[in-house]
Amino acid sequence: MVASRCGTRSWITMEAIEKIKEVAAQAVAGAQIEIVNSTPAAAQPSLLVDREHIYAVAKFFKEDPCFQMDFCSCVTGVDYLPKDDKPGYIEVVYHLYSVALKQGPIVLKVRAPRELEQCRVPSLTPLWRGCEFQEREAYDLYGVKFDGHPDLRRILMWDEFKDHPMRKDYVPPMDYEWEPTAHDDTLARAENTGGIVPPSAIEEAHKAKK
Amino acid sequence: MIQSLTEEKSYTLTPGPEGTIETQTLEVSIGPQHPSTHGVFRMDVVLDGETVVKLKPVMGYLHRNHEQLAEKMAWLGSMPYTDRLDYFNSMTNNWAYALSVEKLAGIKVPERAEYIRVIVAELTRLQNHASAIGFLLQDLGAWGTPLLYAFREREKILDLFEAVSGSRMMCNYMRFGGVRVDFDDKTLAAAREITTRFPKFLDEFEKLLTENEVLLARCQKIGILPRELAINSSITGPMARASGVEYDVRKVDKYGVYGRFDFRIPLGDVGDVYDRYYIRVLEMRESVKILEQALHNIPQGPHIAPEVKLRNFKIPNGDGYGRIEAPKGELGFYLVSAGDGKQPHRYHVRPPSFINLTILEDMCLGQKVADVIIILGSVDIVLGEVDR
Repeated sequence: MVASRCGTRSWITMEAIEKIKEVAAQAVAGAQIEIVNSTPAAAQPSLLVDREHIYAVAKFFKEDPCFQMDFCSCVTGVDYLPKDDKPGYIEVVYHLYSVALKQGPIVLKVRAPRELEQCRVPSLTPLWRGCEFQEREAYDLYGVKFDGHPDLRRILMWDEFKDHPMRKDYVPPMDYEWEPTAHDDTLARAENTGGIVPPSAIEEAHKAKK
Repeated sequence: MIQSLTEEKSYTLTPGPEGTIETQTLEVSIGPQHPSTHGVFRMDVVLDGETVVKLKPVMGYLHRNHEQLAEKMAWLGSMPYTDRLDYFNSMTNNWAYALSVEKLAGIKVPERAEYIRVIVAELTRLQNHASAIGFLLQDLGAWGTPLLYAFREREKILDLFEAVSGSRMMCNYMRFGGVRVDFDDKTLAAAREITTRFPKFLDEFEKLLTENEVLLARCQKIGILPRELAINSSITGPMARASGVEYDVRKVDKYGVYGRFDFRIPLGDVGDVYDRYYIRVLEMRESVKILEQALHNIPQGPHIAPEVKLRNFKIPNGDGYGRIEAPKGELGFYLVSAGDGKQPHRYHVRPPSFINLTILEDMCLGQKVADVIIILGSVDIVLGEVDR
């Protein structure tokens, strides 16, 4: 039976999220939890948890008998650029559902700075295996390093790729189709002209091929 | 010593016992250009004899940064691109995206549109499951015949899609607040015809396959996925239900008008390849039931909410997640609206076939290499969705 302190609900509403926040803050000592609102129509408020306690809070939601969030449906990376003196950040969003109690979602958010060295959050893959590929995707496309992930590699881009292409400030190279070739001279010339390959260089390359 | 392609780990020779030949493990790369990988998908397999000791899926060959494309255009602009995710089921992809945007913007969909959506989504499920079984049999070595039987039925459904949307596979049929074109009486009659005939096709299909000795021998007790692992690794759709996970978004969320229909969720017992085959047959029978009820009760009325603007469509700032039960599993869209709200700040697809591949290695360990092919076939992946 579901314990009475949080009750069953098929869709978590604004009134309930306050209670959920209180329960989670009591269970995990020192956790700083904030409520972030969704669009008014979607009514899917989320809990923003600090990086140090996200694992403990997620573990609480998974193991607590009145939540039983055994199913982590969706992991998303989101990039927010700096705006009006406010620093930018990368946000990782987890959507948790309960298969056992047929309830959800509880949306957990965690933020990390955009700088690549400090862009680290704890991995939730030890709790939910389903995060494995999705966290790899967030690492690949956003550069978030998940501490404790068993196999953090690129998944969609190729291994030699340098950047994280879903970041909002990513600029694709203009000489894209020339990138993997070994024509160093042509590439160097292209760099001198600002990334645009001059038509003469293309002609030369064709001649050299013949 | 063989150097692994995927990791900085090496495999040493395994010396045989006295009087036997010394053996060693062998690394085989299956794919990306291989008919049984259902597209450009690669599996790095380490074999000990014929037995799999390690398997790493490699994907991304079809990656086109679908999400970034969508973040650079208006909300409606990416509707045709969702067709290209799971190109077998463009109708359900459209619905998942439309549903998520409607949820964020608070758009109410007219009754008739909801019924039309149910009809096209269930028809999509029929053709997807029939073809998935056809492809699985193809992987088993039954070249052509079951697949062509399935495609014969799929053809009729695609003809109907062409009649309403103008395109057989890339339908681009749904709009925010409804569907693009109304069903006329002729199309409804065609849908009724398909619904009445489909059970006969299923009976024939089952007579050939369900108790077929070769199918039983090859599929039973192969690639078992335990229930607990299925839930923990976010497996959804027929694959999860074959392992006994009673979870169907149509029942749980009751999105659209699914709350009004009487249908059941078939559940598997063992969670092997055979269960994943049979669950699809049973789901098709349930889909026929839903179609009968929807076609019987479809009301008159507008097919799209008249108040939804096509131009200058904006969504208030915030985020939200919408999901539906696509034929391959839970298909969701996480959308963030920021700034002027004219285009998505973040557009994320939760692709079922990508996430269903998470435990491919667990299912294949200890199996023969020939079984890896059918285990992958029973997952039912489409690379357009895996790689995005």
